[in-house]
This record gives sequence, structure tokens and C-alpha cells, in this order.
Amino acid sequence: MKVGANIKDFLFEKTTALFALCVLGLTLLLFALLIRESLPAIRKFGVTFVTNSTWDPVLEEFAALPFLYGTLVSSFLAILIAVPLGVGSAIFINEFAPGWLKTPISFLAELLAAIPSVIYGLWGIFVLVPILRDNFMKPVSRALGWIPLFQGPVYGPSMLAAGVLLAIMVVPFILSVSREVLATVPQVQKEAVLSLGGTHWEMIRIVIGQHCIPGIFGATILGLGRALGETMAVTMVIGNRPDIVLSLFQPGYSMAAVIANEFTEATGDLYLSALVEIGLVLFLLTIVVNLAAKWILTRMVPGRAGR
Amino acid sequence: MKKRFGLGLALFGIAVWFAGTNPARAAGPLTVTGAGATFPYPLYSKWFYEYSNSHPGVNFNYQSIGSGGGIRQITAGTVDFGASDAPMTDEEMAKLPGPILHIPTAIGAVAVVYHLGGVGSGLRLTPDALAEIFLGKITKWNDPKIASHNPGAKLAGSDIVLVHRSDGSGTTDIFTNYLNTVSAEWKEKVGRGKSVNWPVGLGGKGNEGVSGVVKQTPGAIGYVELAYATQNRMAMAALRNREGHFVLPSLESTSEAAAGAAKTMPADFRVSLVDAPGKDSYPVCGLTWLLVYRDQRDEAKGKALVSFLAWAMHDGQKRNAPLLYAPIPKTVVEKVDIALKQIRYKGKSLY
Repeated sequence: MKVGANIKDFLFEKTTALFALCVLGLTLLLFALLIRESLPAIRKFGVTFVTNSTWDPVLEEFAALPFLYGTLVSSFLAILIAVPLGVGSAIFINEFAPGWLKTPISFLAELLAAIPSVIYGLWGIFVLVPILRDNFMKPVSRALGWIPLFQGPVYGPSMLAAGVLLAIMVVPFILSVSREVLATVPQVQKEAVLSLGGTHWEMIRIVIGQHCIPGIFGATILGLGRALGETMAVTMVIGNRPDIVLSLFQPGYSMAAVIANEFTEATGDLYLSALVEIGLVLFLLTIVVNLAAKWILTRMVPGRAGR
Repeated sequence: MKKRFGLGLALFGIAVWFAGTNPARAAGPLTVTGAGATFPYPLYSKWFYEYSNSHPGVNFNYQSIGSGGGIRQITAGTVDFGASDAPMTDEEMAKLPGPILHIPTAIGAVAVVYHLGGVGSGLRLTPDALAEIFLGKITKWNDPKIASHNPGAKLAGSDIVLVHRSDGSGTTDIFTNYLNTVSAEWKEKVGRGKSVNWPVGLGGKGNEGVSGVVKQTPGAIGYVELAYATQNRMAMAALRNREGHFVLPSLESTSEAAAGAAKTMPADFRVSLVDAPGKDSYPVCGLTWLLVYRDQRDEAKGKALVSFLAWAMHDGQKRNAPLLYAPIPKTVVEKVDIALKQIRYKGKSLY
């Protein structure tokens, strides 16, 4: 009996190890393939691939800086909007919302997460972009058009539209992870703050400060990961123009979008290779973002605990 | 013991697999596979459906993965035929294992569409004006180069918002080919391709992306396939052709262009129809082709393919117009028939 159990344990352990190795192997394979396929472009352009900004398929001159810029700016813009929204609504749902409101709000948020991104994109073109253009971008451009962030003509499809759409797509992730994190706070601790005469705001500030920041940071990184790699929705509203402009009202381009746009019809070897290299840059970027997040998290946790 | 059992199982499996596939393949319907252009896909699916119904025993499996993909697949020999909206370049053809035939199947036109309150279809644009708009040199709608040809139209001094395709596409190839032909400056600064480095403008993904932006942005101009513009009732520009007439895009004016180019049609059909001669010919159109190897490797499939192509050039062409594709003119069809006779298996014609 005992022997049988041991064999089962052994088999179970090895099987799970095999599955874990598969994940590792897949990542390495992906990385190796990206490098192998982008070799011609790496040899041809070297470092200039990430420092120049000309993307000309006719002359076979390729560089990724505008796409890199667009991916970073649109994603950070999304996070900037989505974190207050997501964390704020998580706090409301967990701490203040009456019971009858909790379930519908969280159900709708989860529903938002399940909508395919191409639907977001179409909704973006036909609903979000006109609303943003007429009710936000035009008045802001008239009043504050001298600020570099809002300069230039207003088209509609723009970095801002991409950032807002991405924020909407990312909010459900931040919301549900933040709710889980908030739920881990021991009730006793909250009651302790309140019993000492603290207000609701003080209770939340202290509790979140002590307990939840690392978790919420994790939620943010999860959202950022989604935003960096989002393709279909972004390409439909960002304007697909490989320029580096500070103004958020001007069109931009992202790495995932250019791959999706041009891969199917790319014929030249160098052209294909340059597109794969963009994939490689995107892959490295996500690795860097994740590592940086891990690093910040390890530095942040002891710092918080010492307070 | 265990090992032997495993080996036996494997052998049994292989035997079953062989028994399962081989006879089935001989007896079942023949499947001809193809891949490529998305633009003619609706037409091809109609053709495949009708042909398979009237010719039981032959099935088609077509993947509309884009012209670039079609060329890659036929080059690698993973499909029986390819499809492309742009002819293969000499460089691409050098990589092929053998000679290939370009069979023209339909003609597509690219409409210049715009959104100007109060101005319907028929805004007149000269080749120069169009090129300068897309080069970013004409930026207002009331520019004399536009206004002088449209005395009746109320053109405001609003900004021109330019929209182009962001995804690689045969539509872009035809359109930039046209600008390349009519404007030396365009040729020097931008060139022609399925994706180019646009001097100005916004990129919309697909016909729906371009038309979405054009429809919602006052002052916008862009280009989409004629079929798409017609179905969505978009305002289309009349372009001045090389004989000086302003022509609206339509099936008739597209076919006119093909007829105009027919006299000078090269034997391999790799020809551009842009800026074609003819009083009524619309200047921005192009052929779409099926790509077939001259020397077929499989007799049965080759025969099925050739008889399908012959059907497509005659009966099939009648299906073009209802689906808003211009049919290939009769004079060209006669030339294609001659080309089809070249397709062979081990030196023997399959026609």
C-alpha cells in the first residue's frame, strides 16, 4: 500500500516537473527562433535598428524607434488612467458598496475582461474616437493647444485614443486583482484603526499602505503586460504613423501593431526579418519590464515593513 | 516484454494509418489547395462552390492569407496554386523551382473616397492634385489645383486629413503604382509597394479602418477597393485619365481600362493596368492573378486545376460583376486560353 503511494507521488512529481520544463522550453524556443529569424536584420542594421526612425519597406530601410516609443507611451498612458480607476473602484466595491451593488459591478468588470480585443478596436473607431475627439480633444486643443502635449491638428485616432482604449481594457485586471489583495487584509486590523477613532479614509490609507501596495503594484504590472502586447485594438485607434511626437493628440504606432499590419504581405527576406526583430525587441521589453517590476517589489516590501 | 508491446502498438498504429489514408485518398474527392490574396476571396469562394457542385469529385481548399503569403507558399510548393494582387517580381520568380504562369482572374479598382459635407460623388481630381495631396503639398480643400476643376462645388478652406491603409495590401500596391506612374516626385520620394513610407496621413487597418476614419472625419480623403466603396455608399472622386477625361470608378470603366491595356498585354500577363489608355478607362485599377506552375507534379491535380481555370475564364467570369469584380475582357481571355494549354505534366499538355 505504502509502496504504491510512493510510486504515485514520484510519478506525480515528475509529471508536474515535465510540465514546468515545457513552459521553460517553450520560452527558450521562442527566444531562439526570434533571434535566428531576425539575424539578417540584426547584421544589416545593428544598433541603429533601435536608434533610427525610418521605416521604409520600399527602400528596405528599417528601424524600430517610433514603434518602441509608441508602445511605451500608449502603455504607460493606459496605466496612468487605469490604476486610479481600477484601485479606486476596488476600494469602493470592497469597503463601501452596498451588497446589492457589489455583484453587478464585479460581474460587469469581469465581462469587460472577456470581450475580444477586436471588438474593443471596432468600438474604439466608431464610438470612443468620435467622443474623445469632439468632447475632449477639440476643446482641450482650443484652450491648451500651446502645451506640447496637446499640440497639432486634431484627427481623432491618436496616442491618446490608444491610451484610453488600453486603459479600459486593462481596468478589469487591475480591479479584480486589487479586490483580491484588499480582501486579504485581516478584518481585525481594519477594526483596530476604526476603534482608535480613525476615519474610513485613514483606515484605507493605513491598511493599503501597510498591506496592499505590493499586491496592487503586481496588478499594475499585469495590466502593463497586457497593454504592451495588445495588438488589434491599438492598431485600430492609434493612427499607425511611425513618428515620434510629444503631442498625445497626434497619431503614433506600436510594435505589435506594425507586426500585425505588415507581416502577412511582407515578401522580402530583410523585410520579414526586420518585422521579426521588432517581435524580438517587444519580447525583450516585456522581460525588462517584468524584471524591473520584480526588483522594485523586493526593494519596496522591506521598506514598507520598516515603517 | 513491455518494450515489445509498445513497439507492436506503434507498428499497428502505422499500419492502421496507412490503411486509413491511402485507399481513402484514391477513392475520395480530390482536394486542390491554394493560398493567397484576400481581395478576390469572395469571388474565388463562389467559383469553388459552383465548380465543385457541377464537377463532383473536386474540392478546393483556399486560405486567404494575403498575397505575400500566397507567393511564399507557392514558392515553397506547399499549395497547388497561389493567388496574388501584385505580380511576382523577377527576383521572386528567380527563387521558384520552375516556370510559373500568372493567370488573371478579375480586375479590381481602387476608389478615392472623401468626406466633404455637401459634396457627393464626382469631385474632379487631376493626377497632379492627387499626388500632391498624398505628398502633403496640398493641405486645404479650396486649393486652386482642386477648386479650378470643380467650379460648382462648395469647397471650404478646411484641412485635408489623409487616410491610407496601414496593413500591407494589394490595394495600396495598385494605388501607389498609380501615383508612381503619374508623379515623378512620388516615384523619387516614396515609390510603390504593398506598404510604403507615407509622407503624411493616418493609417487605417483594412478597408474598414480607412473607411471608418474617412466617414467620421470631416475633410478626410482616402482610398478603398471599389466594391467596398460602392457597398458603403461613399463619395468617390472622378479621376482624370491620360486622355483628359474625368472618370468615376465603376465596373464598366474598370473593364475599359483592361480592354485598353489588352492590345499591349504581354504573354505572361504581368502587366499593370494603371493609367491605361482609353477614353472611358478609370486609371487606378489592377489585375489579380492565380499563380500556377507550368510543370505540374501530380497529373490528376494538374488536370483538375487546368479544367477549373478554363471554367473560371469562361463560365466563372459571369460571376464577377454581381460580386463587383470587373470581368477579364474577351480579347484577354483568348490569350489566357493559349497560356493554359502550356500547363503540362511530364511534358504532356493537361488542357
